[in-house]
Amino acid sequence: MRYYDHLIFDYSKPGRKGYTLPKAAAPATSTAVPEGLRRSSAPALPEVSEVDVVRHYTNLSQMNFGVDTGFYPLGSCTMKYNPKINEEIAALPAFAAIHPLQPVATVQGVQAVYRGMEQMLSAITGMSYFTLNPCAGAHGELTGLMIMRAYHRSRGDMGRTKVIVPDSAHGTNPASAAVCGLDVVVVKSNADGLVDVEDLKPLLGPDLAGIMMTNPNTLGLFERDIKQIAALVHEAGGLLYYDGANMNPLIGKVRPGDMGFDIMHLNLHKSFSTPHGGGGPGSGPVGVAAFLKDCLPYPHTDVQPHGDLSLVTPAKTAGRVSAHMGNFGVILRAYAWLLTIGRQHVREVGPIATLNANYVKELLRDAYKLPIPSVCKHEFVFDGLINDGSREGKEGATTLDVAKRLLDFGFHAPTIYFPLLFHQALMIEPTETESKETLDAFISIMHRIAAEAAEDPDILHAAPHACPISRPDDTTAAKHPVINWNDLQAE
Amino acid sequence: MAKVETGLKYAETHEWVKVEGEFAFIGISDYAQHELGDVVYVDLPAEGEYITKGEDFGAVESTKAASDLIAPVSGTVEEVNTALDDTPELLNEDPYTNWMLKVKLADAAELDSLMDAAAYEAFCG
Amino acid sequence: MHPYIPHTPDDIRKMLDTVGMKSLDDLYADVPQEYIYKGDYDLPDAMSEDEIRRFFEDLATRNVKMTCFAGQGWYDHCTPSVIPYLTQRSEFLTAYTPYQPEISQGTLRYIFEFQSMVCALTGLEVSNASMYDGPTAAAEAVRMAVASTRKKDVVLIASTLLPQVKEVVRTYASYSGTVIEEIAEAEGQTSFEALAAALASGRVAGVMVPNVNRYGIIEDHTGFADAVHAAGALFIEYCDPSTLAVLKSPAEWGADVAVGDGQSLGIPLCYGGPTLGFMACKKDYLRKLPGRIVGATTDRDGKRCFVLTLQAREQHIRRDKATSNICSNQSLMALWVTIYLSLLGPKGLVDVNERSSASAHYLCDQLLATGRFTPVSDKPFLKEFALDYKGDAHALHKALADKGILAGVVIGDHRICFAVTEKRTREEIDCLIKAIKKAAL
Repeated sequence: MRYYDHLIFDYSKPGRKGYTLPKAAAPATSTAVPEGLRRSSAPALPEVSEVDVVRHYTNLSQMNFGVDTGFYPLGSCTMKYNPKINEEIAALPAFAAIHPLQPVATVQGVQAVYRGMEQMLSAITGMSYFTLNPCAGAHGELTGLMIMRAYHRSRGDMGRTKVIVPDSAHGTNPASAAVCGLDVVVVKSNADGLVDVEDLKPLLGPDLAGIMMTNPNTLGLFERDIKQIAALVHEAGGLLYYDGANMNPLIGKVRPGDMGFDIMHLNLHKSFSTPHGGGGPGSGPVGVAAFLKDCLPYPHTDVQPHGDLSLVTPAKTAGRVSAHMGNFGVILRAYAWLLTIGRQHVREVGPIATLNANYVKELLRDAYKLPIPSVCKHEFVFDGLINDGSREGKEGATTLDVAKRLLDFGFHAPTIYFPLLFHQALMIEPTETESKETLDAFISIMHRIAAEAAEDPDILHAAPHACPISRPDDTTAAKHPVINWNDLQAE
Repeated sequence: MAKVETGLKYAETHEWVKVEGEFAFIGISDYAQHELGDVVYVDLPAEGEYITKGEDFGAVESTKAASDLIAPVSGTVEEVNTALDDTPELLNEDPYTNWMLKVKLADAAELDSLMDAAAYEAFCG
Repeated sequence: MHPYIPHTPDDIRKMLDTVGMKSLDDLYADVPQEYIYKGDYDLPDAMSEDEIRRFFEDLATRNVKMTCFAGQGWYDHCTPSVIPYLTQRSEFLTAYTPYQPEISQGTLRYIFEFQSMVCALTGLEVSNASMYDGPTAAAEAVRMAVASTRKKDVVLIASTLLPQVKEVVRTYASYSGTVIEEIAEAEGQTSFEALAAALASGRVAGVMVPNVNRYGIIEDHTGFADAVHAAGALFIEYCDPSTLAVLKSPAEWGADVAVGDGQSLGIPLCYGGPTLGFMACKKDYLRKLPGRIVGATTDRDGKRCFVLTLQAREQHIRRDKATSNICSNQSLMALWVTIYLSLLGPKGLVDVNERSSASAHYLCDQLLATGRFTPVSDKPFLKEFALDYKGDAHALHKALADKGILAGVVIGDHRICFAVTEKRTREEIDCLIKAIKKAAL
């Protein structure tokens, strides 16, 4: 990657433009905006040519690493391959040009996509119904919790304001609960990295709205006691929420609906192959058990007796959670993926993802600390190097150093410093789309890095060496925020 | 080894209290600043607000972490150390000179539940 | 064997040997047997690319292609071909959130540019990296107002906001305990008197009003900011960003926060998503702003570079005390909008508004000339306007839909809101007028 130090504003020159418009349909008469409503000066946008724009953004793209560039073992993010046919489908004008308020009778094809997705996601997860309206995973979590609260409210059970979240949970769980007006109570993990049932019991009571869990959890471990947990929570009148960020290893093998979960979300941009786009757009469908159908957000696709699809507002709806029906373009991509996988290949997804994770774990545990050695699912966590090279007068290599050194070899870094249970956490998720050869190459580089650390940790401290930049100063960025072009010019 | 200044009272949540008559100065310990790393922002209450022992009254942020500040005593905020607005790194440089709040103590008896320097040193292990 | 799963049977055998297992099933030995799904998955047969293409082309025939005169927050503006071309570059498309700045400078730089352009349009000092859509951005702005003003629990929203905005705001607020009250309208725009009366309660944390409202009317907010600030509340403008090229900016109205949906900046309709929400504020509220923020800094060799900054506000650090739960936002759509604004520049955006407005006024005049419509208000508008229809608005709308014309959005039994963009040709507009004249009254 080549360092390229420009912003689009650098190319601006008054009078340049990069667009053409259709010829005016009507003469510009009597349309002037009254003085008092008019803007006093033009916004400071760049004036550039089309060529400037194409070259600039092409140059920017070349400082980026994506799944198409190389292996991206970012734990909990499920960076699997993003198929290209999906992009073609999402761009079809017959879908892309449809106004969201077009009468439902004229968008039966769109509604069939929602209906079909709902059925396929239900088949994979064992839930009964899905809403596709949430725009991302965290948005799905929030929507799921809203459904939980709408359910309790619909029964006049107003005092249920507490939600239990394991200490190993994704940070979004407690954040979503707080946005939903719920009080978060943390349940501890036991020595095996699983929810401690004894610690859970005293937390259950009449104020319990529910529990949020991900299974396998963020350590990549299957919560074996889920049956007992589900029984206890249900007995206390609470609901079970499944955080689907870790759904990938279960695809084709285990269904959350069968484990007693009442509500769950999925990340179509994780397990269902849609691209992450540098941080969205994603899609976070929420599935519910049959008894929660009336609490789903609106609008929701329903089938009329004569077969036409219509939009309905469920009787005890949790509300409207996004402008219309979420990120339709993302849903189309995931639909295309499901058709490619089909019933014939769905059983390969989870098991191969799990095989890949265990393979990497097994071959690297001689060099990296493995706090929890049991069989993992789609991902696992190391707690730093076994030999970090520290010695008298020399600091050892940290997880951050390992991550930065990996960049030199054309790999994206794993997720680092999460989960918080381990100080040097290094969380690796290979996904099913990576071949044995790719994994072997990664393993070999990870061994080389461990050897470098043992020999001289400064090699790692100095990394990355081969990237456009190296170790930005986060402290200055946070202390003295420079967050737009004006600030930058004032510097 | 983190420095523990004698003559101050300490909370388990790593705030210190220095009593001067009916007033108390509140800051964070050397141990706390070390755990946080480079402090980039300090969020403090305004003068005149009332803080309650055991409840959070603000937060300290570093680039990769944020920590709530828990009131070691109750009282009305008399003065806020505004130097921390632009130079939060003062907390890293000298956490004992650079206090955060000066409060008018509501109940001096609350001080009894805090640790002295020796006890706090043992607490930090 | 599947094209996306590259393992040969031999690979699988060797890998199982390495992990000391006999079969793939052994990898799930820790899962209680009762949870291993043994039934059939009710999914379609796997398809080839051509079959998938045909499948969706068949589905697409069940959508009616319509000439779009609908708006209500979602507009059929032109999209330069450069945008889909560049945003499809896989280095942008297939990257994750820029957690490793050394190999994410492309994403970080365009987000910085996006933030700069949102600041330029709104006149405010700070912008985040995007929200899901306009309505959710509005809901987050309400949260921000409550968080910024301690002990106040009421937020006033204009009744003239789009229904989707009001409904999402109400949904979020109903769970957080914030009370939402609507400010009445007078002559099609938010009433200052009603606002002043509602502010008197002393419980108001924020006030949100639209720059262009659900009737297409350009609202006059003279005096609003002073009244809102005097009551100790935050003033929030909900804006159509495209119109900010010509209309008074949120900063000029004295707003503390601006939110809206970026769809009008060249994003295809795509049944409402993906678009993006934007959110900007005064510097005073920087630490209360939800979502990701990119800042400039230098690397250890002194090179200028960009990073995710102020992360201590966010969910992965602050957990239940975070400003919001948002993590993934609509990053690629931020790139889309950034490229759109780069191509158009200040003059292009004015052109888009002027042409849309000229066409909308032409259509409005022609419709009034039919004698079948009366104006809802005489207030100024740009590309969208509401008219009252003498007959049944639903029947008219349906009759035109049958001719492939999306004749605005029906917002009352006798009221229709029409939108015209620069994309509509004279022929298309005249065709609409002709069809309305022919329709049974």
